[in-house]
Amino acid sequence: MTAATQPRRMPQSLIALRNILAFLMRSPTSAFGLVVLAILILTAIFAPLLATHDPYVQDLQNTLQRPGNGHLFGTDELGRDIYSRLVYGSRITLTIIFLVTIVVGPIGLLVGTVSGYFGGWWDTVLMRITDIFLSFPSLILSLAFVAALGPSLNNAIIAISLTAWPPIARLARAETLTFRAADYISAARLQGASATRIIWKSIMPMCLPSVMIRLTLNMATVILTAAGLGFLGLGAQPPLPEWGAMIATGRRYMIDHWWLVTFPGLAILAVSLAFNLLGDGLRDALDPKQMNKR
Amino acid sequence: MFDYANADRLVEVVDLKLHFPVYSGVLRRQTGAVKAVDGVTFEIYEGETLGLVGESGCGKSTCGRAVLRLYEVTDGSITIEGTDIATWSPEELRRVRPKMQMVFQDPQASLNPRMTVSGIIGEPLDEHTSLSKKEKLARIYELMDAVGLNRDFAHRYPHEFSGGQRQRIGIARALALNPRFIVCDEPIAALDVSIQAQVVNLLEDLQKEFGLTYLFISHDLSMVRHIADRVAVMYLGKIVELAPRDPLYNEPKHPYTQALLSAVPEPDPNLEATTQRIILEGDVPSPANPPEGCNFCTRCPRVMEICHRIDPEFREIAPGHYAACHLHYDHDDKNAGETAP
Repeated sequence: MTAATQPRRMPQSLIALRNILAFLMRSPTSAFGLVVLAILILTAIFAPLLATHDPYVQDLQNTLQRPGNGHLFGTDELGRDIYSRLVYGSRITLTIIFLVTIVVGPIGLLVGTVSGYFGGWWDTVLMRITDIFLSFPSLILSLAFVAALGPSLNNAIIAISLTAWPPIARLARAETLTFRAADYISAARLQGASATRIIWKSIMPMCLPSVMIRLTLNMATVILTAAGLGFLGLGAQPPLPEWGAMIATGRRYMIDHWWLVTFPGLAILAVSLAFNLLGDGLRDALDPKQMNKR
Repeated sequence: MFDYANADRLVEVVDLKLHFPVYSGVLRRQTGAVKAVDGVTFEIYEGETLGLVGESGCGKSTCGRAVLRLYEVTDGSITIEGTDIATWSPEELRRVRPKMQMVFQDPQASLNPRMTVSGIIGEPLDEHTSLSKKEKLARIYELMDAVGLNRDFAHRYPHEFSGGQRQRIGIARALALNPRFIVCDEPIAALDVSIQAQVVNLLEDLQKEFGLTYLFISHDLSMVRHIADRVAVMYLGKIVELAPRDPLYNEPKHPYTQALLSAVPEPDPNLEATTQRIILEGDVPSPANPPEGCNFCTRCPRVMEICHRIDPEFREIAPGHYAACHLHYDHDDKNAGETAP
C-alpha cells in the first residue's frame, strides 16, 4: 500500500506521446508527414554541416549553373548555391511556423474559451471581432498588415499571426460550449473554483487536442502564406534564403533555368503536404473515442 | 425513525423560484419563461434525508442544483445554517461551498476524463485548503478508504473504472471538504441494479459516520422509501405533497402522489393481480405554459371546478404532512375560494 510497493508508472503524458507517435507511424500518410517534419527539423539544426556552400556568398562567374558540377541543385542568378540556400531556408520556415503557432495557439484558445464559457456579452463582442477577421481572405489581410507595418520577416510573422487566430478561436469556442454544461464543470463550480480556474484547469485541457490538430493543419497555410508574402517581396528580404522569395527572384529565369524555381517549390510543397498529412493523422490519433484504446 | 423534536433546521428553502427566460422574435425580447421551479418551500433537518421524487422533467434536479446555487435563482430564499445565500455573489458563495456538496447522476460525465482519481478527489482540497503534498495524499487515501476504493487506484483515470466505482469517486470528492449537506442528484439512476444497493448503503453508512444531511433526488420510489426520512413529491415545478415517509407511502393525500405510488411495481404476483392502478390521462403540460389554477388540474382524476381557477395553497393538513390540494381544505376555505373572483 505504500509508494514503494506500487509499480512505477511512466508519466501519463509520456505514455500518451509514445502512443500517439506509434499510432501515427502505423499509417503511411501520417508517417510520411512525421518523417518530412523530422527531416525539416534536423536540416534546420544541422544546416552548417549539411550545406556545401555559404548561402550568402555570390560567385558572379558561376551564375545560373545547371545542377551538378559541385552544385547539387545548381546556382542562382548571383551564383549562390541553391541547395545550401534551401538548407538554410528551412530555419526561416521553422521560425515562421514556430512563432506563428506560439502566438496563435494561446490567443485563439483564450478568446475561444472565454467567449464560450462566459457567453452573453463577452461572446457577442469577441465573436464579432473574430468575424471581422474571418471576413477577409487571410492572404489579403496579411498583405494589408505587412503593407502597413513595412516589409520584413518579423512583420510577416506578426501579420500571419493576426490573421490565423480567428479559426482557432472559433474552434475553441465550439469545444467549450460542449463542455461548459458538463457535470464536472458544475462540480468544480460547487467547489468554489473561480471562472479563471475552471477555464484554465478544466476547459483548456479539453480543448487542447482539437486546437493542436487545427494548428498542425494550419501550418501548411502559414507556410504558403509566408511563401506568398516572400514571393510578393513583403516577407523575408534579400539576401535571406526564404523559399518564397527564392521562387520570386527565380521567376525571371524560369523558362531557361528551371532549377531556380523547381527546388524551392518542391520544398514548399513537401513541407506543407507533410503538415497536412500529419494533421489528418493527428485528428485520428487524438480522437477522444480512441482514448480507451490507449 | 428520525427525531424531529430535537433536530435543528439545516436548510430552509422558502418560495424558491427558478424561471429560465424564453427569448424569441427578431429583437430577442423575452416572451415568456420556463418555470422549472415555481415556488418551492421545504426545510431539511440536520442529519435527516429528505427524498425528492417526481417524474422526469418536473424540476427536481433543477431544484436541487438551485439550492446549491449552481443557478441564479429568480426569487425566494435559501437559508443554510441561518444565512440566506440566495442572492450571494460567487465570491461570497466560495466561503460556504465546503458546507454543501453534490453527488451527480452520471458518474461518467461528472468526472473530468483528463484528471486522475487523486486529482479529482484532491481538487476541492487545492481550492480550500493549503495542505502539503503529503498531507493531501494522506487525505485522499483516507477518503478513498471511506468510500471503499482501493488506494492503488489513486493514479488511474476515470475511464478505467466501472460505473459503481466512478460513483464512489464522485462521493469521495463530495466528502473531501467535510460538508454538512449533500444533494444527491439521482446518484443511482445511471447504475446497474446490483450496484445501486451498494451505493445506497454506502451513502447511508457515510451519513451515520459523518452526520451528513441529504437531499436525495430520485424517481425510484422504492429506493426513496428505503433511504429517506421524509419525502417531497414534485409535479411541474411545485411540491404537491411533503410528509414523513410512512404517512406518505401509507396514506398519500394528493391525487398525484396516489397515482405515482400506485405505479410502483408489486413484487408479489398475487398482490399484483389485485392492485388498483391509477392511470393518468394526457401529458404533463409545458412548464413554459402551465395551466391556470392547480398545475395538476388537467390530469387529476378527482378534479373539481375550483381547481381550474385557484392554485391550491401548500399547507399543513396533518401534523408534519403538507399538501397542495383543494380536496383537503376544510369546507369554509372551499366556499371562500368559490366566492372569490
